Amino acid sequence: MATKAQSAEGPETTGTAGEGEGVRRRDFLNVAAVSFAGVGAVAAIAPLLVQMAPSADVLALATTEVDISKIQPGQGIKAQWRKQPVFIRNLTPKEIQEANAVPMSDLRDPETLAQRTKPGKQNWLITLGVCTHLGCVPLGISEGENRGPYGGYFCPCHGSMYDTAARIRQGPAPKNLFVPDYQFTSPTTVLIGGTDKK
Amino acid sequence: MSFSWAKAYEPKNPFMRWLDERLPLPRLAYGAIGGGYPVPRNLNYFWNFGVLAGIFLTIQIVTGIVLAMHYYATTDGAFTSVNQLIMRDVNAGWLLRYAHMNGASFFFIVTYIHIFRGLFYGSYKAPRELVWMLGLVIYFLMMATAFMGYVLPWGQMSYWGAQVITGFFSAFPLVGEPLRVWLLGGYAPDEAALTRFFSLHYLLPFVIAAVVILHIWALHIPGSGNPTGVDVKTERDTLPFHPFYTAKDGWFAATVLLVYAIVTYFAPNYLGHPDNYIQANPLATPAHIVPEWYFWPFYAILRSFTVDFILPAKLWGVLAMFASILLLFFLPWLDRSPVRSGSYRPVFKRFFWLLVVDVIILGYIGGAPINWWRVALGQAAAAYYFLHFLVILPLVSAFETPLPLPSSISESVLHGEAEEAAPVGQKKPRRGATATAG
Repeated sequence: MATKAQSAEGPETTGTAGEGEGVRRRDFLNVAAVSFAGVGAVAAIAPLLVQMAPSADVLALATTEVDISKIQPGQGIKAQWRKQPVFIRNLTPKEIQEANAVPMSDLRDPETLAQRTKPGKQNWLITLGVCTHLGCVPLGISEGENRGPYGGYFCPCHGSMYDTAARIRQGPAPKNLFVPDYQFTSPTTVLIGGTDKK
Repeated sequence: MSFSWAKAYEPKNPFMRWLDERLPLPRLAYGAIGGGYPVPRNLNYFWNFGVLAGIFLTIQIVTGIVLAMHYYATTDGAFTSVNQLIMRDVNAGWLLRYAHMNGASFFFIVTYIHIFRGLFYGSYKAPRELVWMLGLVIYFLMMATAFMGYVLPWGQMSYWGAQVITGFFSAFPLVGEPLRVWLLGGYAPDEAALTRFFSLHYLLPFVIAAVVILHIWALHIPGSGNPTGVDVKTERDTLPFHPFYTAKDGWFAATVLLVYAIVTYFAPNYLGHPDNYIQANPLATPAHIVPEWYFWPFYAILRSFTVDFILPAKLWGVLAMFASILLLFFLPWLDRSPVRSGSYRPVFKRFFWLLVVDVIILGYIGGAPINWWRVALGQAAAAYYFLHFLVILPLVSAFETPLPLPSSISESVLHGEAEEAAPVGQKKPRRGATATAG
């Protein structure tokens, strides 16, 4: 706006401090004041938004160490990480074989068992126990629970079925059960979380 | 307010005159809900439900404020404070809690009847589009408030409801999961989520009250609609709100509050879910998760997408669920028929009742456990819901021949008794009316 006024009046008012220049100064002051207030308002909103993000005490629970020495092949346990259930399962050779026998084209979210486990530790399947559909805890980690037709996990809420590599095979869930970041800190302990970010 | 014959406020005593000259609050009330607001004389009982919704909002705010005095918003304390402290130890706590629980259900019952009243009588049409849209904003805020309120007792259904509903947001690509974590203040519902839900559950009813004021303000510009959909033309078409409609609303409110009291005292848990009397357990999901009954139709739409088609099925479900509410904002422009009332639209009327049946089917499907035929029926009903608003309504309004409308409200009500209706000294018998009168 200011530049337009300048170019229109420029030739006529050269050298004199006419009315046009006064308007331009006021425009500048307006724009500067409103911009300054706008930046201030955005800065003031920032703490109101970031306070909603996970607080330090929540993030402090971001790692969990689990002893897996007592889990026999075919068994599994439910641990807790970031207030969410984690399934730690010791797969039997038969279950590993079943998982590896599935052609990639049959999978909605194609991943091999090897991609979902650590090298040399293919029997340790560690996933979140949170159905990727709407967040229910699937059945199948404890002895005697319904594992569904694919032998992995079965979500009772909306009927999602997972195979022995915890990959989605049937039902509404879009993704395989999420594999969190973890590492073996010793042959019998797993540290879940903590390897990503900080 | 809106008509030239609306009576102006006249203070009855010196104090009211003194007040009115300094702060015209009495004048405002008189013009809005007193003798100064002319209302069509032919309203039927469906026009009582707006006032009823206001009554239930008031009940919810009053019982809610009192309950908040005894409630602990912590994951350790919430369940105990509701089920031990409030239900057993606090004097009359059980009554206040049951009144609040069932008050929410009744608020939704009267609001649904109010909304379907609007759908049948074309209350959303010009010049009342904004009244309709503000009403939808209220409805949306009600759903958010009710959802967060249901989380507060921290039972199993509270917890898993929060998990599933915040899970909707994770359906959106890229921003979904971070958005969900931000909304919850953690990776699963926990302390942070509970306290912020409590804070917002306390705030939103007052926001609703503010939007209710806008809703009524916008309504009072053209004035209330009526069952014929014909505009008010003369003073003979209206009655003052007070005492005529205050009396009618009063007696009807007493009747509905009686039903509310019967449910609250004798079947307080009928509309609830027994699993919510089990404390929240983040490691075990109940076998059959359902939201509260008033969300069932939308839950059915959410669940009716089972196959990925370009986008994942989960995202389709979430988008369809939000769209099912958002499309109602466009209703004034989807239904282009100039005739407001469904009573004079023979084709529209049939489809309206089909829609009612369709929404009831969706509600049933949303509340029932999943099996193959229910999924199929839910999909058909969800498809029909969208078909009704996006295809059937525009087509019907283009091709339908409406029935002849009465020339005025008073004519439609009085059937040739014009002399009786005319104010004294204004007797002008209508053509034909005297011929048949004995």
